[in-house]
Amino acid sequence: MKIIANSAHQTSVEGQKIIDLPNDADPLTLDLAGVARIDLHFPKFSDGRAFSQARLLRQRLKFAGEIRATGDVLIDQLVQMARCGFDVAVLREGVDLADAQRQFDRFSAFYQGDVLHPQPHFARAA
Amino acid sequence: MYQYTDFDHQFIQLRAQQFRDQLERWQAGKLGEDEFKPLRLQNGWYVQRYAPMLRVAVPYGELSSQQLRVLARVAREYDQPDAALLAEAQATQEKLGDIPLHDGRRIGTKLKYGYGHFTTRTNVQFNWIPLSKAADVMDLLATVNLHGIQTSGNCIRNINSDALAGIAEDEIADPRPFCEILRQWSTLHPEFAFLPRKFKISINGAREDRAALGWYDVGLQLVKNDAGELGFKVRVGGGMGRTPTISPVLREFLPWNQLMNYLEAVIRVYNRYGRRDNSWKARIKILVKAEGQAYIDQVDEEFRQIVEVEGGPHTITQAELDRVTASFQEPALDLRPSDAEAETLALLRTASDEDSEFGRWMHRNVLPHRQPQLRAVVLSFKRLGYAPGDATADQMDAAAELADRFSAGELRVTHEQNLVLPWVRRDQLPALYKAARALGLAKPNIGLLTDMIACPGGDFCSLANARSLPIAEAITERYQDLDELFDLGEIDLHISGCINSCGHHHSGHIGILGVDKDGKEWYQITLGGADGSHLSGPAAPGKIIGPSFSAAEVPGVIEALLTTYRALRQQLPDHSQGPKYEHFIDTVRRVGIDPFKAAANAVRLPSTAISA
Repeated sequence: MKIIANSAHQTSVEGQKIIDLPNDADPLTLDLAGVARIDLHFPKFSDGRAFSQARLLRQRLKFAGEIRATGDVLIDQLVQMARCGFDVAVLREGVDLADAQRQFDRFSAFYQGDVLHPQPHFARAA
Repeated sequence: MYQYTDFDHQFIQLRAQQFRDQLERWQAGKLGEDEFKPLRLQNGWYVQRYAPMLRVAVPYGELSSQQLRVLARVAREYDQPDAALLAEAQATQEKLGDIPLHDGRRIGTKLKYGYGHFTTRTNVQFNWIPLSKAADVMDLLATVNLHGIQTSGNCIRNINSDALAGIAEDEIADPRPFCEILRQWSTLHPEFAFLPRKFKISINGAREDRAALGWYDVGLQLVKNDAGELGFKVRVGGGMGRTPTISPVLREFLPWNQLMNYLEAVIRVYNRYGRRDNSWKARIKILVKAEGQAYIDQVDEEFRQIVEVEGGPHTITQAELDRVTASFQEPALDLRPSDAEAETLALLRTASDEDSEFGRWMHRNVLPHRQPQLRAVVLSFKRLGYAPGDATADQMDAAAELADRFSAGELRVTHEQNLVLPWVRRDQLPALYKAARALGLAKPNIGLLTDMIACPGGDFCSLANARSLPIAEAITERYQDLDELFDLGEIDLHISGCINSCGHHHSGHIGILGVDKDGKEWYQITLGGADGSHLSGPAAPGKIIGPSFSAAEVPGVIEALLTTYRALRQQLPDHSQGPKYEHFIDTVRRVGIDPFKAAANAVRLPSTAISA
């Protein structure tokens, strides 16, 4: 997962089709033709709707472009974001990137299926 | 019991390591208070009235003696407030006043420490551990596969089941393998860690609902269809709190292997559309009620797409069910040959000749078992001098010892805040009785009035409006006479210190709810609630019997309700062994709440009658 600082986050990029999706919108109604990036939003880190949106985009619609986590993003949520299909997260200034990286190095596997490993652990191990 | 694999064990250790990392970042000021809060909550750490509270998960209530000994160690070594904190807390609580008993004695708060508290959702709580020691405690717990994962927070909580799972006579199928499969599936689920509100699942495998399915966010009943195939009857959208709701059935039959595919749909739709603007309306019950069929249609469509578009990735394989089922090894018990029956009967007879209470204990605390030579035995943690469900460090060690001697080292925490020994040989019942009695854990009151449920209430919990424990103690004091208790028969008395309903007052035949009026403790009383068991009848919330009562009035009101019951109860036709009466709940259903209401109003105290 790529982590970028808030200052490096641009809401529009020349020549790129970007969708900024509110977290109460239904991703299943989107026209994804030519879309390079979808920004999903965490108005508060405790509002977890964008996790479901990301999974639907990846697993249901097979969206292959970038899914970016914006808003109130905590480093303790990055692993679960990656598992739901986010590939970029915008962190606020001043966050210790070593603290963030350490979270990715901890668990080698998880029990349930996700975007990175669609099968549950039991089905993979077998 | 489930045998933890290396992967399972390592996972819990890593979780403890992760929590230490988070705690240290918080201590270093790198994590703000608001950011740390959900992280500590999802590891079971609350901050309460005077100190943090730790809630340790006991998945579906199963506990080994080894685990119980570690819980005892946590109580002994860590559940220790410093003297100044304890003195200050005690002094503050004393200002709330005492409850007078009719014999002139008074019951007030007596804050205790060095113990664990069994909860209605089969967790174990500690009240005095400082956060500075939190990571050490999690490391210690992880040595025996214990943890606080998702025991709080807006996520999928500890999975609940029947305390007699896997040993009951009336079982359609053993729910424990499914409980364990769901434990794994829900643990650190990436999508469902920040739901609108908490999410609780209960699974029942028996014909009798002993897992309060109707009251859960998701209630799963194992059933067989006409073809003899195993599946689940799925109920969604029950809950207590401010809006007591019994869940509707969403599926009459869901094939067992589709369980997680379906739950992913149920919870995803909730995560997307559940209300987040008002925490009182954020539980799934509100969404299900508001949307009705539209919610069900959406879940069906989501489930269909998970299966058809994504290939049903969460399907439980037969191999996995077999692996988990095999892991619940039947303990190796040295069963006596069947020709020892006469000897066993003689032993039981001698025991009851020696001690008249033994027969009562056999009747109340000893439960049938699918294996005829075995019994399940309830250790009663409802006794004078202790809050309901409290166990000191020494008592936990002693219960672990009983489990090793009499029950293959296994125990169950029950929804009613007791412990069950699930593998007791019939011929060893007299020896177990003696040992349990010496420990004060053989009170023959299981299912009776004093086997009450109570939350920690206003003595510990910062959410509470009123104290639960002095009320519980006052009622326990009043009903110590076993003849009277047996005469009153089976009654579910449930006490909650606030509307969050941790003491399940809505489902009590008698429910007591603490409310706050002008900074004083008042109690609302309900009648006729039911958890869904055979005795209680279909799950239903109780009805309020009028304006709330002062703390001082509550013991008298309970007595008035019980006196009314005795006056109104009908004798049952079967009196082969003396007169038998209908249960309290049946009288309430038959005559309605009015006579009880009148009796309760008649004992209001003059000083409060006006404000009431």
